[in-house]
Amino acid sequence: MKKIFSRPESLTNAPFSYCPGCGHGIAHRLVAESIDELGIRERTIGVAPVGCAVFAYNYFNLDMTEAPHGRPPAAATGIKRTNPDKIVFAYQGDGDIAAIGMSEIVHAANRGENITVIFINNANYGMTGGQMAPTTLLGQVTQTTPFGRDPKREGYPIKVCELLSSLEAPVYLERVAIYDPKQVLNAKRAIKKAFANQVENKGFSLVEIISNCPVDWGMTVMDSIKWVKDVFIKTFPLGIIKDKTR
Amino acid sequence: MKELIKGNIALCNGALDAGLNGYFGYPITPQNEVPEYLSRRMVELGRTFIQAESEIAAANMVLGACATGKKAMTSSSSPGISLKQEAISYLAAQELPAVIANVQRGGPGLGNIAGSQADYFQAVKGGGHGDYKIIVLSPNSVQEMYDFSYEAFGLAQKYRTPVLILADGIIGQMMEPAEFNKPKIDPNTPISADWALTGAKGRPPRSIKSLLMKDGALYEHNLELQKKYKTIAQNEIRCEKFLAEDAEIILVAFGIASRIAKGAVKLARACGIKAGLLRPQTLWPFPTEIISSFAKSGVTFLSVELNAGQMVEDVKLAVNGKCEVDFLGKPGGVLLSEQEILNRLQEIAKRG
Repeated sequence: MKKIFSRPESLTNAPFSYCPGCGHGIAHRLVAESIDELGIRERTIGVAPVGCAVFAYNYFNLDMTEAPHGRPPAAATGIKRTNPDKIVFAYQGDGDIAAIGMSEIVHAANRGENITVIFINNANYGMTGGQMAPTTLLGQVTQTTPFGRDPKREGYPIKVCELLSSLEAPVYLERVAIYDPKQVLNAKRAIKKAFANQVENKGFSLVEIISNCPVDWGMTVMDSIKWVKDVFIKTFPLGIIKDKTR
Repeated sequence: MKELIKGNIALCNGALDAGLNGYFGYPITPQNEVPEYLSRRMVELGRTFIQAESEIAAANMVLGACATGKKAMTSSSSPGISLKQEAISYLAAQELPAVIANVQRGGPGLGNIAGSQADYFQAVKGGGHGDYKIIVLSPNSVQEMYDFSYEAFGLAQKYRTPVLILADGIIGQMMEPAEFNKPKIDPNTPISADWALTGAKGRPPRSIKSLLMKDGALYEHNLELQKKYKTIAQNEIRCEKFLAEDAEIILVAFGIASRIAKGAVKLARACGIKAGLLRPQTLWPFPTEIISSFAKSGVTFLSVELNAGQMVEDVKLAVNGKCEVDFLGKPGGVLLSEQEILNRLQEIAKRG
């Protein structure tokens, strides 16, 4: 009998501790499948963020470290520059990348570091219980925007891919979603490309994954999927924002 | 053969000879010679140099490089070192062998660019959050900028701990003859550390982290760290003694202040005052027992510092009430003169 589906080698056997309906589990799997398929597991080093994915090192069957909040792109830079033969990725959330770590991501991208960044955008701080993130949508109620995000008070959602696309050096920036099987397959293509770019020494690649967070959004899983389709991706349109590899 | 050279360049040479793989820094006076010199030398030698976007990023680049077992270093001056404290706490928690140099300037705040010793507390009492210690080396000459910078890497690797070189603007900027005579370590020496992240090839994956949420795990980790600090304190204390054995007044001074204090001791001896000097070369671990062994009735200690009185607290803890402990210092990047110290020594001698 032929085995056609199994756990990727780049994932451990540990069950995910993420909330029901959360996108991290799918994103982890897609990263692990990409690493397996490219045959780079034994030379990959990952950097976990502060946020829900801080526990990534429990789930990836890879050498992993953890950086202070927002600093994974700097840590990944230090790893990659002193170990150019290794494949290095940073896995970050929206608070990590676009609030406390905005400087680190912008400058790592601007230097054209040959690393891969996986950015999970779920429009709130999940780990700490659902406070406003830089990517929180206008009008969205969070623990710290109880009346909804008001641009007069809190400004507008930050579009990380578009912001980085103004820089010369990044080679590949794409925003994907994972709310249905078609989107998951598309996300897989993007993630694998972002790692393949590094293997081929092409330079800085980032994939932004629009991810569901039903628990902190106060929604059922099905409602959260509907909200991503009807609302979230209207503010954060999916697609390739920049691709210098074509 | 000795070379006439600046302290900051000697510091660079120590790191280069120790096999530095990556330097990550940010411009700030009075340590700019370090990134400037290394921006050329590291590239010429085929090693990694990055001028980071911030002090914070520089320290975290060091964190990444060290996690792979590579020798990495950052340097800065006081306000920049404050910014690095977050990473230093993580480096201590994750037991990463980073080397950090602080070429101190006057503080608090932006202060001034004169040499100062006002970061003693920050260096030896933690600096960042959590229960941790880092080894703090205190050079007082251009030669020691080279020696301590070189030795910092060995200590960092031996104990898997960050090591801070606490210099100051004067030692960083002044020129003296120094000899670069230590064996040059090949930066491409293969990584043998059983903890380094090198890719999980033919072995289970490794993780280097500081978040320990499992019941009791953080407590156990802290106990392990404290055990390591105890071992370091047993093995690595360094303290220079100068005319201390028969002294009735014992000066305690580190770094550049110890050079001035030594001059004052010589002047005092010429006046018939039995003065001596203890110079901690490691500020953590502090030479508590050495100081304590000199503490007896009839002896007065005088802590001489270029700050408002910081190390004097550790001298008092070491003396533990067995005799008088006096303080002489100046904050804000102002130097003491040998004569000012001598005046105080004469007052102490008179009061008996």
